[in-house]
Amino acid sequence: MRHRREGNTPHTAAAVSAPLSALPPPGGVMEHGSVTDSTASTFSIMDEDHTLANSVRFVLNQDPRVAFCGYSIPHPADNKVNIRVQTTGDSAKDVLKDSLQDLMVMCQHVRGTLDTAVTDFRQNNPTDMNVDLNKK
Amino acid sequence: MPKKGTKKGKSADDEPKEQNKLPEHLEVQRTRVVCKADAPTEGFQYAGAFAAMGIDNSVSVDKFCKNFKVMVNRLTEDDMEFDMIGIDASIANAFRRILIAEVPTMAIEKVLMVDNTSVIADEVLSHRLGLIPLDADPRLFEYISENDVPNERNTIVYKLHVSCKRGSPRLTVKSGDLEWLPEGSQLPLASPAQSGDKQKTYTSFGQSQKDIFEKPLGVKFKDITIARLGPGQAIELEVHAVKGVGKVHAKWSPVATAWYRMLPEVVFREEIRDDAAEKLVKKCPVNVFDIEDLGNGEKRAVVARPRACTLCRECVMGPTGEQVELRRVRDHFIFTIESTGALPPEVLFTEAVRNLEEKCERVISELS
Ligand code: SF4
Repeated sequence: MRHRREGNTPHTAAAVSAPLSALPPPGGVMEHGSVTDSTASTFSIMDEDHTLANSVRFVLNQDPRVAFCGYSIPHPADNKVNIRVQTTGDSAKDVLKDSLQDLMVMCQHVRGTLDTAVTDFRQNNPTDMNVDLNKK
Repeated sequence: MPKKGTKKGKSADDEPKEQNKLPEHLEVQRTRVVCKADAPTEGFQYAGAFAAMGIDNSVSVDKFCKNFKVMVNRLTEDDMEFDMIGIDASIANAFRRILIAEVPTMAIEKVLMVDNTSVIADEVLSHRLGLIPLDADPRLFEYISENDVPNERNTIVYKLHVSCKRGSPRLTVKSGDLEWLPEGSQLPLASPAQSGDKQKTYTSFGQSQKDIFEKPLGVKFKDITIARLGPGQAIELEVHAVKGVGKVHAKWSPVATAWYRMLPEVVFREEIRDDAAEKLVKKCPVNVFDIEDLGNGEKRAVVARPRACTLCRECVMGPTGEQVELRRVRDHFIFTIESTGALPPEVLFTEAVRNLEEKCERVISELS
């Protein structure tokens, strides 16, 4: 062990990334619309991207109350996404909330269905299961 | 679920609508992506696209729940393939994106280098260490933020102390040489401790991790090469692993990769016989087509394994281009997840779906 550093004090090298890894607490949601007309609004959601916006856009598109909807990320360096909702009469905010609610219900259903499918698969393929158990 | 009248009214007259059928070419446009020799053609998506034909193209939650299906094709400890039927690409893609970038795992973030006389530089070595998959369930840990003290709930500590004796052959340092320190860091923070005092280290564990976790927190694979040491060289260091997500750095991504493809569908517009059939069979690199013997020397091509099709479009170029049509089923996804080992793939998927739910919940609560 040549070149051993004085004493036992290590020097630190961060493995890769910037500061520490903790995520900033998610930012807020802002509604840009008009006071007199609640049927058309743009919603600015901080710390979200295509993942949420595109899924919500799809669900909104399926809602017969929606006349127009779309989303955009104003600048790739901003952590925000704008979702535009125009309805045929209902409040844009309510429609968006309903869509998010719908998306959640869909997700729950996906989760349940997958769990069942996995359980079924395990039952029908006991050999695979044995392999799993042995390895653990 | 609270829903406005307009929506309910729609589902009420669902029944007669479902008896309506779109003409075949429109049905193909609605449910398939057709891949021509030059480019794919997209169809329509929005709810009222076929309203004039009396077809409801919307996807209500009820309809979705009725039609959604999952079939598992392969499931091993860290690899899984399943078919997801009846879901839109936007949502399938959300799951994929979350799997890659937003499901947390534990990964090495800090390296305390005591000694490194190997040929590999400190920062390169640190980067290599960061990418080693750890066998620790991230759900049992908390995120550490800048002002937090590393403790037994947010940090895992390993040490690596290897040396190659003079005169011995070269030594390969493997990930298995990382030794878990359940009591936390062993490196003293400040020089000489006051007598009697417990020496302060880089972490402050209140409790041994051995008492908290059922199984030891090792590395997932013990045979990953970290460095090679020549005679007389040594590495001594300590690493701190913390919880993070893939969008901060790929080392936290829980999947080697997660991807999907839409189910391919190969159809013949007209029968392909004899020589042309033979040629077609030879053309396809993944043997999608087979020859069927019709007796008295006649043969024709059949589509035997459409699922294997990679959509290389070889068969729609050249003479058979008009006879073969390549399509993808718009709402049928063959989803594959390769886990790096921290969590089994089916758990990862469940976590990803839950993550999307949490996103929705957050926005709903901020809107109210
Ligand atoms: S697109 Fe390629 S893989 Fe698919 S059937 Fe044609 S030749 Fe075979």
